[in-house]
Amino acid sequence: MNNDITIEITMPATTCHLRLIGRISEILAEEIGNRDADRAALCELLSVVLTEGVVNVIKHACLSDLNNEIRIRISCSRGILIIMIYDNGIGFDLDAIPDPTFITPALTDKGRGIFILRSLMDMVSYRHANGSNVLEMTKKLDSEKITG
Amino acid sequence: MNIKMEQNEGVVVLFVREDRLDANNSEELKRELHRHFDSGKKNLIIDLAEIHFIDSSGLGALVSAYKNASLMHGTLKLSGLQSQVKSMFELTRLYRVFDIFSTVDDALLSYK
Repeated sequence: MNNDITIEITMPATTCHLRLIGRISEILAEEIGNRDADRAALCELLSVVLTEGVVNVIKHACLSDLNNEIRIRISCSRGILIIMIYDNGIGFDLDAIPDPTFITPALTDKGRGIFILRSLMDMVSYRHANGSNVLEMTKKLDSEKITG
Repeated sequence: MNIKMEQNEGVVVLFVREDRLDANNSEELKRELHRHFDSGKKNLIIDLAEIHFIDSSGLGALVSAYKNASLMHGTLKLSGLQSQVKSMFELTRLYRVFDIFSTVDDALLSYK
């Protein structure tokens, strides 16, 4: 039985739909996860990386312009989770965003999103390809914890 | 944003009545917290017991308020962190920064 899953979503470049991202994460985790505990962990992972990825693209590439759209492609095949977030905005340089400081007097209220993505995923990149920008994130999931 | 406020012997307790604190509503919380500091309140407890999802923007709003409290020689304490929220505080090492309590009562006791 082939349990590979790929879904695509197109949405306006606004944070108004972040709750929908959370719901999609729950449904995907239900489909992919093997046991309740694995589903909960997968749901948390998907919710966080999808939200952080989408918000970074909306704020930095699309500059929160509602006329822009983003396209999200999520696939899980042979235990590899791949998330692609496409935009047609001005783009941004992933490497120009420094990790947040952990020193209390110098704490800032921004800059944790990319750090969180890099911490949770195996690979994070942002590049221009085929006429649009794409934020690509991949992670090898624990094979015992996923269906198939 | 749905926030319930209580005052207890000079300490303001804010119960955030939302299930998510993310880029869509974190600015609203940030403004609300700054409003309390601007009105002279220096000691705040934020109860996050109803928040089941937080992102980096939500964390940013809390960090901003923490810095504001420090500038005013006040305090900002947190209570009621749920599983995903705890994980995010651990991932970003913010658990080292904030005073975090299981319940509002525990947080209030710390002021005695």
